[in-house]
Amino acid sequence: MVKSWDIDLRIPLRFGLIAGLIALMESVIGIVTLSWERSLVANVVTMGQVLLFAPAIVIASMAAKQANQDKKLVSLLYGLVTGFLTAIPLIILIAMATAFDLRQFMPNVSPALIELLTFGRSPVAGSLILLGVTSLMGLLAAAFDFLPKFIQRPLLMGLIVTLTIGIFSEILSNRLRDLVSVDFSRAIFEGKALKTIIAAGLFAFVAVLNFLWNQFQEPIRGAFGSLPPRLTRVLRVLVILVLIALGLLIPTIAGTYLSEVINNVGIFVLMGLGLNIVVGFAGLLDLGYVAFFAIGAYSMAVFTTEGPLGVSNMSFWAAIPFCIVIAAFAGIVLGVPVLRMRGDYLAIVTLGFGEIIRILALSDLLKPYIGGAQGVLKIPKPTIINFFAVIRDFFVNLFRGLPLPKAPFETIDLIKPEQFYYIVLAGCALAWFVSWRLGESRLGRQWMAVREDEDVAEAVGIKLVSTKLLAFAVGAAFSGLSGAFFASKLTSIFPHSFKLDISINVLCLIIIGGIGSLPGVVVGSIILVGMPELLREFKEYRLLMYGILLVVMMLARPEGFIPSAVKRREMLTADEQMQASAETESAAGD
Amino acid sequence: MTEQTAILTATNVTKRFGGLVAVSEFDFDVPKDSIVSIIGPNGAGKTTFFNCISGFYEVDEGTIEFDGNVLNHRSPDMIARTGIGRTYQNIRLFTNMTAIENILVGMEPILHSTWIGAILHTPGTLREEKKAVEDALHWLRFVGLVGKGDFLAKNLPYGDQRRLEIARALAGKPKLLLLDEPTAGMNPMESAEMMRFIRQLRDDLGITILLIEHDMRVVMGISERVTVLDYGMEIAEGTPEEIQRNPRVIEAYLGRGAATGLGAGKAVNA
Repeated sequence: MVKSWDIDLRIPLRFGLIAGLIALMESVIGIVTLSWERSLVANVVTMGQVLLFAPAIVIASMAAKQANQDKKLVSLLYGLVTGFLTAIPLIILIAMATAFDLRQFMPNVSPALIELLTFGRSPVAGSLILLGVTSLMGLLAAAFDFLPKFIQRPLLMGLIVTLTIGIFSEILSNRLRDLVSVDFSRAIFEGKALKTIIAAGLFAFVAVLNFLWNQFQEPIRGAFGSLPPRLTRVLRVLVILVLIALGLLIPTIAGTYLSEVINNVGIFVLMGLGLNIVVGFAGLLDLGYVAFFAIGAYSMAVFTTEGPLGVSNMSFWAAIPFCIVIAAFAGIVLGVPVLRMRGDYLAIVTLGFGEIIRILALSDLLKPYIGGAQGVLKIPKPTIINFFAVIRDFFVNLFRGLPLPKAPFETIDLIKPEQFYYIVLAGCALAWFVSWRLGESRLGRQWMAVREDEDVAEAVGIKLVSTKLLAFAVGAAFSGLSGAFFASKLTSIFPHSFKLDISINVLCLIIIGGIGSLPGVVVGSIILVGMPELLREFKEYRLLMYGILLVVMMLARPEGFIPSAVKRREMLTADEQMQASAETESAAGD
Repeated sequence: MTEQTAILTATNVTKRFGGLVAVSEFDFDVPKDSIVSIIGPNGAGKTTFFNCISGFYEVDEGTIEFDGNVLNHRSPDMIARTGIGRTYQNIRLFTNMTAIENILVGMEPILHSTWIGAILHTPGTLREEKKAVEDALHWLRFVGLVGKGDFLAKNLPYGDQRRLEIARALAGKPKLLLLDEPTAGMNPMESAEMMRFIRQLRDDLGITILLIEHDMRVVMGISERVTVLDYGMEIAEGTPEEIQRNPRVIEAYLGRGAATGLGAGKAVNA
């Protein structure tokens, strides 16, 4: 009988040890201790608990799936063993920490960590409890898989949404307090966490909603599809209008702090859209992309600053075109020498270019012009004409027979992040539009062809020089615009703001979002720029999270969160491809 | 070759790779509206000569003249624009682009819209794009790939890939088409079909054809003139009948007694 069960204990052994090592690492680097008190749902679950037990749950579920579909007992066993093994490395840690003082080598293995790992009991009792808890979780994770898919999915969705809202409780409760009332906020949040009852309600609500959507998705889509085309067009326009209205209302809803975060995200979106053209569309790996950001920022700084380094005292608006043109020109200057380089060589040269620009900014040579390490200070924020007041005055004065308003008109300084948001939004919208139009155009096809096979592209009549230089120039222009916003937003800039890690950041965000995909750039920026801002307390783990995220993404979803149409095509047609290659073989064999 | 005007004239072309002379003092004419083949054992310099014409290689000596333009010192894209299209021995499509996109890229020599027009969607750009897509569909139909426009090039079967490559070359409206072993890997039926197709290109579209081919049935079947290369040097030139009778060719290339179907003599020589 046993043989027909097909038990292979190596499977849970492998998975269990992986889960255990992950849990161990989380403990040893201190993130569990740090987040143990960070409540997600008040008195129910904290972030530390989620982090500590997530490996057991997720990996046990993966192990359970390795078992044969109809062998439920086997998959339960796999889950149980995986969960059990997850605790083993932690128990060894507890034992070692009890016997020796590990803090000499691992400063984060503190008594506090051991106390929470053993649930405040003695090492032996605590270890047994831990073992029981993880085993139970592994078992439950395996059992969860028995539920039909249409129940699994809503439950998971509800859990994810509730926990996510729980993580951002503090920010959300502050916003609710300002937008609605203190009482309302208190009704939903308790301290920095969701209230239990609200969390349960939210969970149920999301789960039911997801369930309904899954059940009725097809008929709803079908109904939309069968609407007359004119009506669908009207609906589409309506949706777009609502989205635009929402986009305009965001600063009011989000408040100062979130607006600031959104602006930072926007600056990276703008850069990401530019690099997306260079790397995603044209396939030219540029690791020195920060150079153009720096050039845009320094241009804005020098043109507009009211300090001693200023050359022209231009306004923000007058300087913007110059920043874009100068950055685009720099893109061409970089582009010319690297025209004949491909792949790795191109990456290395651009990497050097990025560093050269930063070192030049630091150098004594340029210190009289751009300030060296002291940077450029007193960069003014943008100012706009108060159209509202001017129009109002126009009519009021017209009515009263007073002289009509004349230039110079009344102006507003865009000082607050809520105001600056609109500038960033406009920049991103412009870059998005240009990327989209170019990507769909003849030039987009040329870029694709160059990325696929440079030699053949040239032989069918594509001018390599102008095609590549255009990619560099447009990409650099977006980055320069982004840098100009950055300078004006911060009002002072220093060379150390333009380090290599910005280039890497932007490259990572387009990879994670989905290379060549415009929505992917936004999602990537939110994940890699927005999230770390919101989770400031875990700042020191930022790079670690980057690394983990990148590795996991490359393994699980190499095409990115929102793959571009091109990538999706490549991935989806794998079966077709196999079929085709089989045919090719038979054709070649004849 | 003297009675017709030549569309392509190579004079004294020499191409060296280090010490190896790949093409040596080669004089060659392609009369307008003809089908001309270059044959020769592997490594004889046929593809090298093609690469010289299409601008991948710079010739060391001599000149290549096409339709009144000297091609020396011109980049491949400029040469494509003078009206030369080509295919490759080992198919080189843009594998991750669809069939239609491949053809659209092939249209580069005759497209004029600019990137500014693309951003602003100027009427001219839109008109040209619309026309280009229509034309691409036409070429797709022309080579018999109806309904496969949205397939990625890499997912097409081998024979379709060959045809798509020709469609891509045709889309640029070439006056001269260089075909590098168009029937490689095809069975006799497919080869015959390809021969008909190549003749149709010349008869219906008025495109001059220059091809490299190993399949003697194809070479002798459709060529009006044949040139034989060996070790980069021309050893014979003439009509298929003359070539089949030429003792030097039979000795150096075809081996004894082989007249049609390609014998074992070919690879040994290389």
